[in-house]
Amino acid sequence: MIGMVIKMSNINQLFESDKNRENPHLPLPFIVEDRFQETPDTVSLTLVPENPGKIFTFSPGQFNMLYVFGVGECAISISGNAMNTQRLIHTVRSVGKISNALTNLKPGDTIGVRGPFGNGWPFAEARGKDLIIVAGGLGLAPLRPMIYEVLSHRDLYRRVEIVYGARTPRDLLYKEELQVWRKSSEIRLQVTVDIGDREWYGDIGMVTSRIPDIKFDPSNSIAFICGPEIMMHSVAEMLELRGLQSNNVYFSMERNMKCGMGQCGHCQFGPYFVCRDGPVFPYSKLEKFMSVKEV
Amino acid sequence: MKNNSKDCALLTNIKHPFLENFSERFLIAASENARELEFNVNEIIFSRGERAEKFYLVMEGKIGLEIDAPDHPSVRVHTVDSNRVMGWSWLVPPYKWTVTARALKKTRVIALDAFVLHRYFKLHPEDGYLFCLRLLPVIAERLDETRLQLINLYDRYGD
Repeated sequence: MIGMVIKMSNINQLFESDKNRENPHLPLPFIVEDRFQETPDTVSLTLVPENPGKIFTFSPGQFNMLYVFGVGECAISISGNAMNTQRLIHTVRSVGKISNALTNLKPGDTIGVRGPFGNGWPFAEARGKDLIIVAGGLGLAPLRPMIYEVLSHRDLYRRVEIVYGARTPRDLLYKEELQVWRKSSEIRLQVTVDIGDREWYGDIGMVTSRIPDIKFDPSNSIAFICGPEIMMHSVAEMLELRGLQSNNVYFSMERNMKCGMGQCGHCQFGPYFVCRDGPVFPYSKLEKFMSVKEV
Repeated sequence: MKNNSKDCALLTNIKHPFLENFSERFLIAASENARELEFNVNEIIFSRGERAEKFYLVMEGKIGLEIDAPDHPSVRVHTVDSNRVMGWSWLVPPYKWTVTARALKKTRVIALDAFVLHRYFKLHPEDGYLFCLRLLPVIAERLDETRLQLINLYDRYGD
């Protein structure tokens, strides 16, 4: 196993000093407690701290840097419930060397975790408003903690509309939870896929095709969107056409991150560092950069 | 399939967003041969390659549009919900359906006769223009969506 390339005793020595634990450059050791295959190329990892007394707090929308020893480190959104301070859940899609190593981890393996980083969704601003959540593909992962937050404090939000799109039915994440959320009277969930098969009796089309169908009060609503940029851009434009102002539309941006703390510049997007200033931004801040090539 | 009605002024008595602001003259003319039809789950509404002779107003339910190929399992590429319209192949040569339409829920539609529409629009091109202006955004939306489906935007996301 890749995670075993470095001897466990050496890893423990690395983390033995409390001083080191406070250093944001140094990862803390976490053990893979569970591995769940979400789709053919995506898994959810449940992580517990090697030090059982350690609690981990985060805000919905934040991310961690996950370090596979001997392979490398990458930024992955936290996809579990923020109320659970004992366990971390990360949903990882295998698309490169590090994410491939992460998806190949098995229960009992150890990885390094740095974080949480980033600002997260401005859920305090969403309270008392209609909330629109739009996710495309893996974009549901950083939005799932937000959905948990809504369901835990349902009376603090008004109408909640969720739209989730994936390429095909087999690419849908969290299938069991989707069934539960779909039946819930507290939120309205629409799921759509780009391409269906004979077993699929739900909606087919991009998430944009569901936007005309959602109900909200444009003067008192907020939207949280995560997915491919072209999708987020199209959804934001459609919401604007329906009267929602761009400063009430939030995107979670994705860029190649290295340090996670705004020091290395790898994740620069216009004048912002996505890791430090984001990853969640109001669309009003991003609008003028999104049509610029190579930004 | 259940045929519910044969009403000489069917379209003047129904509410559908596509028909808003059309003249009564058009609604009465287009009601000729118009039928209210019901389809059960999995029932085929029309099949790819068949002659396209209807324009459908979807009143209730959900319809899946499918593409079949001999060496490929059929795939559903789009769904059409209530308050939407379906079928413009009767406007474009060779006037054959390019997809198969299947009811995914119990579905109720109003099927307009394409021959009647062609004949009326030749006599009243101003109504034909309005009809095309109403239909073109639906086609443009479908084209936009197809482009996004083609680039498979989720493929690189999360890289």
